[in-house]
Amino acid sequence: MKKQTIFDRLRRWDESEFDLTDALPLEEPVRRIEPDLDRDALPPIPRLEHGGVRTFRRLYPWMAGLLALVLVGFLLLAVLELPAFGSADAPAHNEVMARYVGQGTEETGAVNTVAGVILDYRAFDTLGESHVLFTAAAAVLILLLTATHVQEEPRRIRDIMERDPILRNTAKVLTPVILLFGFYVILNGHLGPGGGFAGGAIVGSGLILCAIAFGFERLERLLNYKSYCRILVCCLGFYSLAKCYSFYCGANGLETIFSAGTPGRILSAGLILPLNVAVGLVVGCTMYGFYAVFQRGRI
Amino acid sequence: MTGMELFQLMLLGLLVVCGISACLTKNLLVSLIIFMAYSVIMSVVWVLLQAPDLAITEAAVGAGISSILLFITLKKLRDMRREVRDEETDDL
Repeated sequence: MKKQTIFDRLRRWDESEFDLTDALPLEEPVRRIEPDLDRDALPPIPRLEHGGVRTFRRLYPWMAGLLALVLVGFLLLAVLELPAFGSADAPAHNEVMARYVGQGTEETGAVNTVAGVILDYRAFDTLGESHVLFTAAAAVLILLLTATHVQEEPRRIRDIMERDPILRNTAKVLTPVILLFGFYVILNGHLGPGGGFAGGAIVGSGLILCAIAFGFERLERLLNYKSYCRILVCCLGFYSLAKCYSFYCGANGLETIFSAGTPGRILSAGLILPLNVAVGLVVGCTMYGFYAVFQRGRI
Repeated sequence: MTGMELFQLMLLGLLVVCGISACLTKNLLVSLIIFMAYSVIMSVVWVLLQAPDLAITEAAVGAGISSILLFITLKKLRDMRREVRDEETDDL
């Protein structure tokens, strides 16, 4: 077969020798329900080749390219409307920035102004973003968890992986360090760069390394489907409730029970630290869950 | 032009080279590795733009998790293709 670029593959995905109709796992239940029905006797899946579809296929790459160009044009127009990078009279450089930089640490208690902006000043936007992420994760799980047969890793590959001394010993040394660094980034989110999302991603990659080196079975003692769901629901519920509380207090001008504390202390910045922990746990579990779903079809 | 500016220009040029070559390579595995390199360069660029938060996230997500997921997807595709090929040889 001639070597192809990604664009070639995308353009000719329907003509390649790899026929998806053979590889779909949908055929399993059909065979199980009607065991005496021979596979050849099944009606052949008609290849959609009438005129409209063929025109659609021929036009598809051009229309896709045109759409991409139009979108790029719109985005570039929007960029042209923005003030020049670093210009002094930009809107981001006037009172908004002065407020955030000047009084951010005092008002939110977070030394890391980014954490203060994300989880305090602009927490409403962050809550909306996390809903978008939650919907996306739910869609991925709905799509990938419906596989009728659970795909176990082939025994051979698992044995090779578990017997590989380089992988196992490297993982033994590296996993604690990665996890420790991840938790440090989560807990230190209001004091330095990092925060819940970045730290959670680091923790998740540590868990993934652990799963690759030692197998899913050992990791299941720590994190199985049940505890996965519990952690996710508890953290998301805590996040929403805590944010609802602070929105309620902020909108009505009430004092919250979470004080800003002394900036620079680990137990300061009010709600930012617990929110970072919740976000970190959710992100770490979700990253590991995505890996497990991709790798073996279940968590 | 100071050395720092030269370094930044080099990084930006490498970004463009990585972005284009990731699309144009014939081998999907090579394309993925170039994509990882793109993320690593991008995280250095974030540090130079004084956004360390973004740099950490880019390194963890762009170079780590999303590359792992893409590698698994590539492996699955190869497995599926091999199964199909085995079935075809069985039929013959």
